[in-house]
Amino acid sequence: MAEEHGRKWDRCLADTAVKTVTGLGVGIVFSVLLFKRRTWPVAFGSGLGVGMGYTNCQNDFRLPYLIHGRMVKDQ
Amino acid sequence: MLRACLRGANATARNNCRRNPLTSVQHCRHYTAGETSGATKVVAAGLLTVSSGIGGTILYAKWDHKFRAAVEKNVPYSDLLFSLALGPSSQEGLPIKKQTELAQPPSMMDKQVKASKAKSEKKVKEAAESPAEESSPATTQPAQSIEEASVEATHIISAIGEVPSVPAPCDTEAAAVKEECKECHDHKDTPVTAVVHPNTESPVAMEPLKERPVEEVAARLAQQDQEEQDILASVSASLEESLASSAKTTLQAIGAQEAALQAITQHTHKLKEAMEAEVPPQEKSAQWKDLEAALANRTCAMNDASTALLKANETLGSLKSVIDKSKGLNIAAVHPLVLAAEENLHNMIVDLDKVVTKVQSAESEAKIVSQYSELVNEAKQQFQREVSSLTPEIQANWKGLTGKLSADDLNALIAHAHRRIDQLNRELAEQRVREQIHIDAALEQQKLEDQKALEKAVNTTLQHVKEEARLEQERKLGELREVMEAEMRTQLRRQAAAHTDHVQDVLKVQEHELRAEAEQVLSSKMLEQETRYRQLNQEQLDNFTLDMNTAYARLKGMEEAIDSHVVAEEEARKAHQLWLSVEALNYTLKTTDSDLPTIPLKSAAEAVRDSCHDNDFALALASALPEESLHRGVYSEASLRARFNSLRSLARRVALIDESHNSLYQYFLSYLQAALLFEDEQKAPPTQLSREDLDPFKLLSYASYCLEHGDLELAAKLVNQLRGETRRVVEDWLTEARLTLETRQVVSLLSAYANAVGLGTTQAP
Repeated sequence: MAEEHGRKWDRCLADTAVKTVTGLGVGIVFSVLLFKRRTWPVAFGSGLGVGMGYTNCQNDFRLPYLIHGRMVKDQ
Repeated sequence: MLRACLRGANATARNNCRRNPLTSVQHCRHYTAGETSGATKVVAAGLLTVSSGIGGTILYAKWDHKFRAAVEKNVPYSDLLFSLALGPSSQEGLPIKKQTELAQPPSMMDKQVKASKAKSEKKVKEAAESPAEESSPATTQPAQSIEEASVEATHIISAIGEVPSVPAPCDTEAAAVKEECKECHDHKDTPVTAVVHPNTESPVAMEPLKERPVEEVAARLAQQDQEEQDILASVSASLEESLASSAKTTLQAIGAQEAALQAITQHTHKLKEAMEAEVPPQEKSAQWKDLEAALANRTCAMNDASTALLKANETLGSLKSVIDKSKGLNIAAVHPLVLAAEENLHNMIVDLDKVVTKVQSAESEAKIVSQYSELVNEAKQQFQREVSSLTPEIQANWKGLTGKLSADDLNALIAHAHRRIDQLNRELAEQRVREQIHIDAALEQQKLEDQKALEKAVNTTLQHVKEEARLEQERKLGELREVMEAEMRTQLRRQAAAHTDHVQDVLKVQEHELRAEAEQVLSSKMLEQETRYRQLNQEQLDNFTLDMNTAYARLKGMEEAIDSHVVAEEEARKAHQLWLSVEALNYTLKTTDSDLPTIPLKSAAEAVRDSCHDNDFALALASALPEESLHRGVYSEASLRARFNSLRSLARRVALIDESHNSLYQYFLSYLQAALLFEDEQKAPPTQLSREDLDPFKLLSYASYCLEHGDLELAAKLVNQLRGETRRVVEDWLTEARLTLETRQVVSLLSAYANAVGLGTTQAP
């Protein structure tokens, strides 16, 4: 179980890093192309990336505790 | 309230903004001052808002208790603040109020009861003194509950009237006493005696009157009879004595009186003779001598008679007193005696009186005669004197002197005689003239005397008649009493006869009953004896059969023992085989390297199953081995221990994570906690886990301790208490530990069983 935990963390961090960098990049692109080199798209993009990565990480850790319900229709 | 605060804050902010342009005019001059004044204003505003917020919260909490409770729950240390500002929360005050309300009505009613009790006591005491004292202690005991208050009220009302009433729950003895006392009040007027009397009567009334026992009654009756007999004897003796004495004296008196009578008559006769008879002088003197003798005799006899009479009267008087005394004793048997004595007395008195009257009449006659004789003597003497005066020489006895006298003397004598005759004629004529008067006077005198005598005679006869009538009455009474007694005796005899009949009947019935009882007892005893005899017989039989059975059983036992020996040997062989296979299984458990499971136990289990194919218990156990251990093998304790140590750090790190807390922020906090929290590496677990011990850090340290001391089971139990992510982390380890424990348990059971069987089959020398 310890390995799973460690693996999760690895995945999580890698994923967050990738997303942040990607967001950063997209932000830079947008800032350069569309928003006249303002800083805010960069911050926005990186923030977006960090947020996505954080949420993904959180969901990954929460996975065992999620209860999936199904609608049963009477037929 | 929040909005108010916000508004206040905005207002202050706006003020600040507004003030800023004002102060900005003096910017260059008072730059730093404005800056600082702005900061202080901000700080002041902030403080003001905070304080207003707190004050508002406190005020609202004072008004709304639910809000206060919510705030106390959510904000720590607010309850302290609230208690400082407002005092303790007033939820505990309500039950106290209710209790005080409930307590109020009973206390008031108790007061009423007590007041009424006191009043009733006082009033009853005033109405009747001592009976109330007896009843009031009785009244205080029942009058405890509130329902009795009305009864007490009626007591008060009735006690105001002068009739002492009796409370219902009291015993009726008090009532009886009271009624008696009321009667005492009615009958006796003095209250003192009324106070005294109930006291004396009540103890008597309290104790039931005891009947004197029959023996005592009989004894008393006998005693009474004895006493009566004694008294009777004494009385009769005394009566007889006195009667005898009085009879004697009366007879004596009568005799004396008769003698006196005789003497008197003789004397008078002699006197008469002496008067009238013309006898010669010699005989005359003899006559006179006789007369004197007779007179002396008479006087003597009279004296004797009088003394005898006195004596007789005395004795009669004593007899009368004795009779009266005996009458006073008032005993029935004495009456006839008394009656007889009285009759005798009466008779004696009557005789005595008769004789006395006779004597008196004789006396009166004698008086007449003596008077006559005296007159005659006087005349004679007179004549003698005359004659002697005339003729002094002539002697008395002149009849013999005819020749001696002279003529003168004779003439003188004749002349004297003539003269005397004339005188006498004259006297006679006078007498004849005065005859009538004298006769009348004499008659009168006689009449008076006669009347007196008549009266006396009448009185005496009246007395005698009265006495006789009384005696008759008493006699009749005695007769009547006798008749009554005879009747009573007959009735009693009848009753006694009836009683004897009844007693006879009762005796007959009792005889029947006793006979029946005796027969019953006899029959029961006979039955008992029979049953006992039968029982003994049966016992003998049973004993014999028992002996036979034991002998047969022993024979059987011996045969079985021999058979079982053979069986036992077979069993022993099998057990040995089982034991060997179980030992092999045990050995396989030990073949393990660290971190690698043992070899699969399948073959060893097969061997065990083969060696116990007819033993259900062993079969069940052999099949109870878990599949994993058969196919894969189990881990050793050492490996588990090592694994646990490495798991522990991870478990510590995710201690805060569970179903509800599992965001990344929680993960960060959990990591922080694990970094900052230090606990014992190993801690001995307590015998009973409390709520604080369920902390994951503590559990992990307990489990480590257990593992270090070789107690895998307890470690598994403790680890089982982990919850949340920690539990998920150690789940694998737990399953492995469970597996190991299961396998070990089964194997130990099997070996224990094999040992037991082996021990059972071995025969001690």
